[in-house]
Amino acid sequence: MKGITKFVIADILKNRIILFYALILGVFSWSIFSLEDNTSKGIMSLLNIILLTVPLVSIIFSNIYMYNSAEFIELLVSQPVKRSAIWTSLFIGLAIALNVSFLVGIGIPVLLFVPFMTGMTVIITGMLITTIFVSIAMLCSILMRDKARGIGFSIMIWLFLSLIYDGLVLFFMFQYADYPIEKPMAIFSALNPIDLARIQVLLQVDVAALMGYTGAIFKKMFGTMTGYLISLILMLLWIVIPFLISLKLFNKKDL
Amino acid sequence: MKIMRRQLPYILTSILAFVLSYSGETKSIFVGPSKTYKAIRPALMAARDYDTVFVEHGFYKEGNIVINKKIVMLGIGLPVIDGDKKYEVVSIKSDYVVFKGFHVQNSGFATLNDPGGIKVYDATGVVIENNVLENNFFGIYIQYGKKCIIRNNRVKAYGVEEQQIGNGIHCWKSDSLQIIGNNVQGHRDGIYFEFVTHSIIWCNISKYNIRYGLHFMFSNDDAYINNFFDSNGSGVAVMFTKNVIMYSNTFKNSTGDASYGILLKEISDAEIRGNRFINNTSALFLEGANRMLVHKNVFNGNGWGLKIQANCMDNVITENNFTGNTFDVSTNGSLVLNTFNNNYWDKYEGYDLDKNGIGDIPFHPLSLYSVIIENNPIAMLLYRSFMVTLLERTEKLIPSITPENFRDDRPVIKPFDL
Repeated sequence: MKGITKFVIADILKNRIILFYALILGVFSWSIFSLEDNTSKGIMSLLNIILLTVPLVSIIFSNIYMYNSAEFIELLVSQPVKRSAIWTSLFIGLAIALNVSFLVGIGIPVLLFVPFMTGMTVIITGMLITTIFVSIAMLCSILMRDKARGIGFSIMIWLFLSLIYDGLVLFFMFQYADYPIEKPMAIFSALNPIDLARIQVLLQVDVAALMGYTGAIFKKMFGTMTGYLISLILMLLWIVIPFLISLKLFNKKDL
Repeated sequence: MKIMRRQLPYILTSILAFVLSYSGETKSIFVGPSKTYKAIRPALMAARDYDTVFVEHGFYKEGNIVINKKIVMLGIGLPVIDGDKKYEVVSIKSDYVVFKGFHVQNSGFATLNDPGGIKVYDATGVVIENNVLENNFFGIYIQYGKKCIIRNNRVKAYGVEEQQIGNGIHCWKSDSLQIIGNNVQGHRDGIYFEFVTHSIIWCNISKYNIRYGLHFMFSNDDAYINNFFDSNGSGVAVMFTKNVIMYSNTFKNSTGDASYGILLKEISDAEIRGNRFINNTSALFLEGANRMLVHKNVFNGNGWGLKIQANCMDNVITENNFTGNTFDVSTNGSLVLNTFNNNYWDKYEGYDLDKNGIGDIPFHPLSLYSVIIENNPIAMLLYRSFMVTLLERTEKLIPSITPENFRDDRPVIKPFDL
């Protein structure tokens, strides 16, 4: 398993796209922080990248990689290696490669320019988001045998989670504005990993505003220690569940 | 000159007679464990107008101490006067009393007659200085006071609920007071003014009070300058008042629902200059405020910089720095009767081609989302999501929900040095 993981990481690094990704992220975040003397504004610009670009790149890259490795996987399956070991090491390899480039690109400047607690929140949520979308991509690739459909499906998932979902939440908020919908809405947004990540960063940056009218719910739901733990667990579930489903499907799949 | 010279002997003799007559009468009375008077009350009985009573370090528990003569009370080594949680500790009922250097603690609790640590009844020229007041229902209470000075006192209580604790420095129906350099903590309102006129509040620190750091009601022609308000329930409230001057104060950490750096309600003709608003949920809240001048203030890191309700008019907001606020401005209607000019907004994205330091296109400080949140607070949940950013951008280009004339025509490119 270790060997396969190592091989996957080396293979990903060889095709240089991931290095380019790290470079682009680095250029973005360095230029944001060196041009902007107001760190909280910088964090906000960076947040848009983390919530849009990072999931998109993670899901598309992992998805294409999985399709391209189909022959390699077939080859491995014919060897005396457990199927679950193959799948898990592919996942770990992809996750490590993408997370490392995220850390190099965004992690370093964030640690240098941003207050520690806020910076750590940004980095941890970014890494979780990366891993979540790797996991979702693997599920997509196993669900669809056809490459075009698989990639299309993963783009749809990305679009849904980063845009349409918020639109739905906003729509429900206005439709049911006369009812006490605070709690259901908070729970509803907590189900989306991108929203969860955004709210965690928001809690670091816009503390003063969040202490306002909705603050009580916000703080109670997400800001306390249990809130943090629940957010973390929800995001971990987003990693574990798609991956386990894909693993189960892969174990049974007739290649 | 001639007249002066002729009158001089008379004037001199009369001054001499005056001085002699009093120097013969005034005396110093000492209270202390090893002195003639072991307790304060008998010493006060023996004292006459213009005497000085020195109280040495010790513990005095004598119920209610009433000062009804024009005397100077001096504590040596911070003697403790205790109210046993039953009595009003010190009552000053005479003009020109000086009360200095005591530790007054544990007054009674009663909502009917509001006992205080030190309470002044209907007196002129009272000086209350360098005292420590601890765990009293009301700290220092002035009613019908004139020209009183309250200086360098430390007032501390451990209030938990609004109903169970009084105010730190409470002034009612008074005139020409000076509240200087006091430190008030843990009361209901740090400093409370009701029907107090021509007074100054200068260099005080008001922290951790349950309701307001400073509370003004019906108090015209007052000034508060250079005070520091930190972590109070709602910062400062100024209500139903005119001609107030607020200079160089700091309002910090008033966070929570309905918490404001300054809450202004039904105010007119006030000037707010050189204040710093840092990390409040709402820094400056204006409701029914007219003809105010808000300039040279710093709004930094607040949830809302300025909440200006539509019932405010003729206010001028100019030369302020708005930096790092979640929302710079919000309002509850579309009517705009106020002027925004020459402010620095860190959210301004315009350009300055002629390099005169003033942006070439106007800035709309009212963001779409602040309007949405005003009507539907739960929408805060979606703030800074891509969806919302998109909506905001569209609204910036084509204002449809936010009032078009709500704008700063001359936004400044560089922040003011404030």
